[in-house]
Amino acid sequence: MSRIGVFICHCGENIGATVDCEKVAAAAAKIPGVVHSVDYKYMCSDPGQNMIKEAIREKNLTGVVVGACSPRMHEPTFRRACEEAGLNPFLCEMANIREHCSWVHEKGDPTTEKAIDLVRVIVEKVRRNKPLVPIKVPVTKTALVLGGGIAGIQAALDIANAGHKVIMVERSPSIGGHMSQLSETFPTLDCSQCILTPRMVEVARHANITLHTYSEIESIEGFIGNFKVKIRKKARSIDMKACTGCGLCSQKCPTRKIPSEFDAGLGTRPAIYVPFPQAVPNKPVIDRLNCTYYLKGKCRLCEKVCPTQAIRFDQEDEIVEADIGAVVLATGFEIKHGDFFPEYGFGKFKDVIDGMQFERLASASGPTLGEIRRPSDGKKPETVVFIACAGSRDPAKGIEYCSKICCMYTAKHAMLYRHKVHGGNAYIFYMDIRAGGKMYEEFVRRAIEEDGVKYVRGRVSRVYEREGKLIVQGADTLLGAQPVEIEADMVVLATAAVANDGAEELAQKMHVSYDAHKFFAEAHPKLKPVETNTAGIFLAGACQAPKDIPESVAQASGAASKVGALFSQDELTREPVIAVVNRSAPPLYSTCVGCFLCQAACPYQAIEREEIRTRDGKLIKTVAKVNPGLCQGCGTCVAVCRTKAIDLQGFSNEQVFAEVMALLDRSEPDAGI
Amino acid sequence: MKLGFYPGCSLEGSSREYNESVMAVAAGAGIELEPVPDWNCCGATAAHNMNRELGLSLPARILAKAEAAGMKEIVVPCAACYSRLKVTRHELLEDEELRRRISAIIEYDLRCEPEIINVLQFLDSRVMPAIEGRIKSPFDRRVACYYGCLLVRPHKILKFDRLEDPRSMDEIIRRIGGDPIDWAFKTECCGAGLSVSKTELVGRLSGRILEDARIRGAEAVIVACPMCHSNLDLRRGAIEKAMNRKYDMPAIFITQAVGLAMGIDPAKLGLNRHMVPVKFRERPAGKVPAGPESPAAAGEV
Repeated sequence: MSRIGVFICHCGENIGATVDCEKVAAAAAKIPGVVHSVDYKYMCSDPGQNMIKEAIREKNLTGVVVGACSPRMHEPTFRRACEEAGLNPFLCEMANIREHCSWVHEKGDPTTEKAIDLVRVIVEKVRRNKPLVPIKVPVTKTALVLGGGIAGIQAALDIANAGHKVIMVERSPSIGGHMSQLSETFPTLDCSQCILTPRMVEVARHANITLHTYSEIESIEGFIGNFKVKIRKKARSIDMKACTGCGLCSQKCPTRKIPSEFDAGLGTRPAIYVPFPQAVPNKPVIDRLNCTYYLKGKCRLCEKVCPTQAIRFDQEDEIVEADIGAVVLATGFEIKHGDFFPEYGFGKFKDVIDGMQFERLASASGPTLGEIRRPSDGKKPETVVFIACAGSRDPAKGIEYCSKICCMYTAKHAMLYRHKVHGGNAYIFYMDIRAGGKMYEEFVRRAIEEDGVKYVRGRVSRVYEREGKLIVQGADTLLGAQPVEIEADMVVLATAAVANDGAEELAQKMHVSYDAHKFFAEAHPKLKPVETNTAGIFLAGACQAPKDIPESVAQASGAASKVGALFSQDELTREPVIAVVNRSAPPLYSTCVGCFLCQAACPYQAIEREEIRTRDGKLIKTVAKVNPGLCQGCGTCVAVCRTKAIDLQGFSNEQVFAEVMALLDRSEPDAGI
Repeated sequence: MKLGFYPGCSLEGSSREYNESVMAVAAGAGIELEPVPDWNCCGATAAHNMNRELGLSLPARILAKAEAAGMKEIVVPCAACYSRLKVTRHELLEDEELRRRISAIIEYDLRCEPEIINVLQFLDSRVMPAIEGRIKSPFDRRVACYYGCLLVRPHKILKFDRLEDPRSMDEIIRRIGGDPIDWAFKTECCGAGLSVSKTELVGRLSGRILEDARIRGAEAVIVACPMCHSNLDLRRGAIEKAMNRKYDMPAIFITQAVGLAMGIDPAKLGLNRHMVPVKFRERPAGKVPAGPESPAAAGEV
């Protein structure tokens, strides 16, 4: 016979003002099996919790129902209280009479009656609850960091410095990401490479970090603490151990006119190349799509000049497998380019460039060695127009969001231009100036007041070429939408920051959700900004949304600390609300007939096949088995099982039907005991 | 092949040559254009600025007449008529309540079945396939294809060509042997309906268009809208005053260019009706000038 205690909470006025809590408690007392029923102003307070603990001890309760708020709020509180009083926490349940009742109804008898119903339903459930034990799963204390930009670097270093192993995977030949391409950084104008490269070197040297560049994720399976990952190391065509990074191969390579990715297409590189001088690792890679040997079967000049015989034309992709416990996604972003701005002539006029190309022009390591020279004829541009929000905040272009970094980098670009070309005119067309950040507004003021950058508030409708000049046609909305026409020598578009190429595919591979713009989705926009909906996978940097360097670094450290917290325990505890396939005595063994409809239905790949064998190894039958680490307790398998061989612990069919019956039996409260 | 046809007022009045050339080209390609029976004004541009229901009802009645006559597609050469019909059809299909209200006004349960086809789509999908390989005298001229605003805007509704840099007319010109220039004024405003009330402004706006075409060495501006044509042709005086320069570059309809390539008599294409005489500079047949002329050349006073 059950001995259930019911505790009705007033939640101050939240419930008490609408629901007659005393009446609910009195009605609950009459439910068969209920041996204790009280109401109290704040059940979640210490005295309230003590009431529950005392009742469990004095009346030897076998179950507890708390009629209060949503279980999302206080279920852990009350379950812990029960546990402290010696009751299995899974024998305690909450009846939600606040969100589901008092908050959504007027004061009155029907509302009180609904509260009574809700309590009655949960009493019927608790009567059938079974003690459950939380599931323990082991933790592999190695983290996978995907992406070797500043976010990935920061996350990897933080995790590695906390004493855990890190595997970093970067798809390009070197780590460093976009930050390595930048000239100076706002708001301090310190050289980007100077602050980044020490960290890149630290990653390469760190005893806890294994670096895989020119590599991609092939597949990932498993669950928090226990992922298995396959990494495809693309063929570099170089023996990394033999290569000394002397650079002779790159110097001698006859194919030299390939647009350099690092220089955003403004410079060229050979077919065997190191992306930039400070690359980590400083070992070349052969671009097989452009190498004469791979295209025509002849050349092999690099092989002849290599002093250490490190060239390997026959090298093949290699698959590396690893066990990991957590993942940090730091795959970054890219800026929109291509045929996106026909009105600005981007791609048509050589002197209409994007922000990253300007970074390369302004960078000492760039194609012009830091001198601002326009791409078409190498002249110093006397007038440069910067167009902010090129694509961003423009629903007509399909990008409604603000790319966030452009206001600041455009101010920086104009400033750098004015520093390098004395007497040059810098115009910025803008919609708003969004300079929220430490020292950011001051930076923009400095561009305007000290460096004489001319800000024009308005949008540019068109850029076209006439007699060697780029005519920028726009409006000045502060002068009453006055048409403005500027003859420029170069136009720089602050094009929208968008999700990286392949982000969607990766998200699907990793089972993390993503938004309409293919940015990875955080678990909660405010309170879980670094977690994803998949346990054990965290986010860092601009793969989640456009971010500047300080923000990316901060989030990366946040993700690293989450990984650290996960790795601080040897075993993970999970709620035991999972599906279980029944097992019974021989000769049946299980009512499962092995149809595996559940396997097809399971969204989490949690159903496995188990072979039941005799002692001498003869196969009796193959049945389904739920992997407790993967199961999320959604119940889909329970619904599709033809023989009712699967049940959900804590939400069994028996319990759910009892709840429904309790509602149907409302007219005869004594029936069905 | 028989297609529905909606001429609209311009094609019966100030742009008769557009009508004549559409008809001549269609006939040459073996296509019969059947006018929508008892058609009325599409309402542009007064109606939809005054009263939304009137602005929708007028085009809806045209659609109704075409639908009742069993027409599946209507060719609409005028860009403004095209826009009004297309927008009305879109709005009625999006909003069932609105469709019922307008149906009650026009006393016809409109299902919006007929598709609306603009002149470029008509040429591209119907005329060109029929005349390909039968180009008698290639239209070997360097021209500026001018689309104006209404053929590609609003893009969300029309879903035709590229919003900022359309290419369909350039493609047709290329197919009849012409050389379309790459320029930036394809969809810039010609001044449109301000032609009467602010002629001086139209002179300035249309003047910019002609000036850019001139600098890039165009021999003619090709249009697909009666309003654009009237501003670039009829308002040439205002343009020349605004730009302080003489322009002898004719503005001709795309259908006239196609008709010339098909070898149709210029008079049948209405080429004699323009205010700016349609005269092309003599040169050896089949030779297209290599590049833009120097700014000082031809046309200066």
